[in-house]
Amino acid sequence: MTRSADEFLICVIARMLDGAGHVAVGAASPIPGAAALLMRELTHGRLLVSMIHGRANNPFTDGGREVFDCAGQGRIDVFFLGGAQIDGEANINLVGTGDYPAVDTRFPGSFGSAYMYFVVPKVILFRHEHTRRVFVPKVDFISAPGVSPPGVYRPGGPKALVTGLAVFSFDEGRARFRLESVHPGHTVEEVLDNTGFDVDVREDVPTTPDAEPDRLALLRSTIGAEVADVYPDFAARVLGAAAAGAASPGAG
Amino acid sequence: MTSHETVEGLAARVPDGALLAIPPEYSFVPMAMVRALIRRAVRDLHLLAVPTGGLAADMLIGAGCVKTMEAAAVSLGEAGPAPRFTEAVTTGAVVMRDSTCPAVHSALQAAEKGVPFMPLRGLIGSDVLKHRDDWTVVDDPLGEGGGPIVLLPAIRPDVAVFHSPRADTGGNVWVGRRRELVTMVHAAKTALVTVETVQETDLLADEATAAGTLPALYVTAIAEAREGAWPLALAGHYDADAEHIRAYARQAKTPEGFRGYLDRHVFAPAVQAAS
Repeated sequence: MTRSADEFLICVIARMLDGAGHVAVGAASPIPGAAALLMRELTHGRLLVSMIHGRANNPFTDGGREVFDCAGQGRIDVFFLGGAQIDGEANINLVGTGDYPAVDTRFPGSFGSAYMYFVVPKVILFRHEHTRRVFVPKVDFISAPGVSPPGVYRPGGPKALVTGLAVFSFDEGRARFRLESVHPGHTVEEVLDNTGFDVDVREDVPTTPDAEPDRLALLRSTIGAEVADVYPDFAARVLGAAAAGAASPGAG
Repeated sequence: MTSHETVEGLAARVPDGALLAIPPEYSFVPMAMVRALIRRAVRDLHLLAVPTGGLAADMLIGAGCVKTMEAAAVSLGEAGPAPRFTEAVTTGAVVMRDSTCPAVHSALQAAEKGVPFMPLRGLIGSDVLKHRDDWTVVDDPLGEGGGPIVLLPAIRPDVAVFHSPRADTGGNVWVGRRRELVTMVHAAKTALVTVETVQETDLLADEATAAGTLPALYVTAIAEAREGAWPLALAGHYDADAEHIRAYARQAKTPEGFRGYLDRHVFAPAVQAAS
């Protein structure tokens, strides 16, 4: 079955949610959001998914603070963050490039990252664009640090990084990423060439498994409508187009 | 006693230099009021987004109403970056005080409780903290082994504004589950609320509606504004005008385009007559 790059990434992230109890999805995260809704469907609702923007799939009734209070108590197992820049120690920058505050390029801002990165046990970093522009030796602004010194309360942190080219794990003790798999059609060399920091590389790096046909079908039939509630433009562009058979055969 | 006024009347109550709190994009944004504030040419606002900003913040910044912006983020969501915000912050025309979502909520909760500060986890090691000279890191003062923790001073807005589906004649305002509005208003010195309709039935008379109601004791003044959240959504009542917001995102990329947008959608006589 042909699938788009976005659909492939949704399936990659969905596998990482296996066994989780409660996944929260924040602003501007349509691909992780779709992955979470897909896993909820596959687990017959055992996975609780909280979309913190929008009405459907948003269980919170005590205002914008509730998701953060909930996470602070340890009631959220998985959260997603991205970054305009991400460095080798998993520091993320959602604010801007150049010298803050007179930045060259300004991005929306840190959102809840400076808190959620500390308290949610499994944070999955996701960034589609895999270039040296994104994966830099050192971020220009630390919205949230990848690791903390001893003594700082930090039950949470980054566990994995998913990009348009590959999947990495993160070792908090060593503050280093490790290349775990490379997406179909890409090579280890290509990944390393486009990464601006050193990473560990596992032996015989496998190819990231492709999207499962039954999950793709589910994504196009059931999940699209649910995603549309929170990310209407994304749902129309990615899942709508895919359903109409217009998707290009992406290689991830 | 809550005063019943016009939208322009409410806008006149926001003084230059006020610390003005506005709701996030998904939560009852008073766009008719924002347009009235731009017409009233309010200046030097310290704008607080609770906790993130969107179209309202972008328009107020573009129209020259804002001196300082405090937010965890400002964007137009799926319509892309907030163009006037981005330019103003890059050129230094507006001073940005970067925050993080729970910090805004917590600082308002401190004001809500009448206490001077609130502690918050996280933040340590981030440049958000490094650039906030008003935030302090202390060791767990109770000696319970909690380690270092950040203290955030209470934020007490001069004015909080939002748009609700309905109020009653007594000035009680329906907020439903949008309880960030309750925190925002509790923390603020005054609250100005626009509503789709004012009903005779007392919202506090029925337990089912009372639980989702902001009582009049916090509400300074209300005004009717039909489709007062347009072009944003009013959850449960109407959807966002996504095409309009996309068009704004394109036009507001240049100062001239933004000016044209204001002329058509804020200053045109027909718009003013309708508000």
